[in-house]
Amino acid sequence: MTPRPLTIIGGRLVLPEGEPVLGAIRCVDGRIAAIGPDVQAHDGDDVVDARGALVAPGLVDLGVFAVDKPAFHFGGITRAALMPDQSPPLDHPARVRFAAQWGKPDMWVHPLAAATVGLEGAHLAELALMRDAGARAVATGRQWIGDSGVMLRLLSYCAMLGLVVVTHAEDAGVTGSAVATAGEMATRLGLPSAPAEAEALAVARDIALAEMTGARLHFRQVTTARALDLVRAAKARGIRVTAGVTPAHFMLSDLELANFRTFCRLSPPLRSDADRKAVIAAIADGTIDVIGSGHDPRGAEDKRLPFSDAEPGMAGAETLLPLTLTLVRDGHIDMARAFALLARSPATLLGVDAGVLCAGAQADIALVDPVRPWIVDSDKMAAAAGNTPFDRRPVEGRVVALFKGGSRVD
Amino acid sequence: MQPSNPNPVDRDPQGRYPQGGLAFQHRDLTGIAQLARHEILYLLDEAEQWVELNRQSHKRAEVLSGLTIINAFFENSTRTLLSFEIAGKRLGADVVNMHAATSSVKKGETLIDTAMTLNAMRADAIVIRHGSSGAVRLIAEKVDCPVLNAGDGQHEHPTQALLDALTMRHALKLAPGSDLNGLKVTICGDILHSRVARSNILSLTALGADISVCAPPALMPADIEAMGVRVFHDFDAALKGAQIVMMLRLQQERMQGQFIPSPREYRYLYGLTLDRLAKADPAALVMHPGPMNRGIEIDSQVADHPTRSLITDQVERGVAIRMACLDVLTRRTRRVPGWDALSGDAA
Repeated sequence: MTPRPLTIIGGRLVLPEGEPVLGAIRCVDGRIAAIGPDVQAHDGDDVVDARGALVAPGLVDLGVFAVDKPAFHFGGITRAALMPDQSPPLDHPARVRFAAQWGKPDMWVHPLAAATVGLEGAHLAELALMRDAGARAVATGRQWIGDSGVMLRLLSYCAMLGLVVVTHAEDAGVTGSAVATAGEMATRLGLPSAPAEAEALAVARDIALAEMTGARLHFRQVTTARALDLVRAAKARGIRVTAGVTPAHFMLSDLELANFRTFCRLSPPLRSDADRKAVIAAIADGTIDVIGSGHDPRGAEDKRLPFSDAEPGMAGAETLLPLTLTLVRDGHIDMARAFALLARSPATLLGVDAGVLCAGAQADIALVDPVRPWIVDSDKMAAAAGNTPFDRRPVEGRVVALFKGGSRVD
Repeated sequence: MQPSNPNPVDRDPQGRYPQGGLAFQHRDLTGIAQLARHEILYLLDEAEQWVELNRQSHKRAEVLSGLTIINAFFENSTRTLLSFEIAGKRLGADVVNMHAATSSVKKGETLIDTAMTLNAMRADAIVIRHGSSGAVRLIAEKVDCPVLNAGDGQHEHPTQALLDALTMRHALKLAPGSDLNGLKVTICGDILHSRVARSNILSLTALGADISVCAPPALMPADIEAMGVRVFHDFDAALKGAQIVMMLRLQQERMQGQFIPSPREYRYLYGLTLDRLAKADPAALVMHPGPMNRGIEIDSQVADHPTRSLITDQVERGVAIRMACLDVLTRRTRRVPGWDALSGDAA
């Protein structure tokens, strides 16, 4: 059944460049047919009045650990790239094909294929078969690949297949069993910690291997000044690397670990305040390309434990948009760039024709009231679990309506 | 960085403590970090009477008569468990010990479930040792009675720091109520993994001592200078002028060649021999929280030295300190006059 054409009027359109402009957007057969100040609804269209809300692309969340539709829809996420760290891991074409169907029709899941069998970092998985089963990229999972020879062969193989490799940037030899970044806070709390340079070491190696192989490399999270400097320099040299981050690393520092709050146990761990500021600078200057939620809902059985025994991860889908909008409000980026970080760049990395409002693209649209205030409440989350480090924080920005492929999501 | 104590009350100019419960405004003893200076001194002064009692032939007071104290030890311990058990019994409490090795913890029960179980048994105080930093605080949030930290991971071991301060005060013949202002203390050993070091640094800096810490780089925590100590890697340099030399146990099971090459090499660089002790103040006294690795971090001639070693004194003061902590923390339960329920979030 083909839905009727949809026209959203009275909104401020978030276009790829510039400030939002008043106008309308018309969608036909699930795709954007026309967009701009002069677009009119046709007879027979479903017409939605945005009442001054932002008309923005649905978010494309690169690197989530669970398919959590209520949380994604709350957060305006219409597509999510699923990490291969599932049980069992996404290291087999059949599982990839299955995962690619999980959310349809109103939420599309783009599986990331496990780079190695069992995510163990030793044997390459069947990457071409998984690509053709629907994997949009390859990921090393929660861990980096410690064996440089394996990583070299992985990158050269993925360069041939035209697949982006999404990697976790922490040198496991340096991090060991650390749960915090070395510094005064970890020392006072007596938490196993590792120096922040563990990230730069991993980034340096993988940049060298990417340069050698010509592979497309994406660091899922880069959270320290030193590693960001390496990414910045690599981009300047023309190496095909990109970097992402989650709001935790531009909003919070390791001071949050006081009282052993396990909702702040993340991977990579929270960093110093200087690193937090470096992340904001890197978002502003274009070194960081993607902001994702890292959505990883964890119940009490994983979180109500002593800090170093708790699992890392946060339920981030609902707070991704409002926390990113703080960067707009503080003048670090403009609205167009915010949605490039949240939608266009991750869509480009995944090779899907979404994440941007232009004629011909998929009609994945979020209507956003960017100043609507609300308070994050761990007990009342749409997510499967309420493990947010932002509990009780007042935020601004909320999705008021969401459309996937031109159909309204309830 | 730690939450500062909300209590603005301190001792008056005559050195008298605030009245009743204002002298110690915490339900639990989870760490030294939560204590104000006068609260540390209060616990030390309260312990003095128990040092006296413990030297009598009849070592029993009925202060905690009818109360049940559970010692829940999720990590092996001999001396701390024994010390808490003796302390509770000498105060007349019923003391029950729960060992992790024989408990359902081994069967996969979560820490919170265990805490709820202990709580349902209506203990009047729970003493906890656990291998993870912050675990004691987590339990304290879930139970209704006072919780005492007997060591949590690499975080804190507050009663050890208190007994060490009391031992120093006695050895230096300082009167009750005195702090340790200007005392030069050198702590040497595995600072990284040591909760004893962290609690001692907090309590000794609060009491005005001048602290140096000494360890090879791999066993020194990052940015420990921020806790107000001087950092050394050269033991001889760290010993210069030290009036107290506190040696820490080398946890050989943790080392596995990752942190130090061998116990022999560790002894070569950081073992406290009589010759090394001569580099410290001529009257320097030696402490060790035990159990010792004789011939590794400390030589027997030093450990057993009749005038320089305080190691058995530490064990003796440990019982008195734990009696004081159990007494003070249960006063609200026992409705001791002046010890009303805590107002607000002062635990």
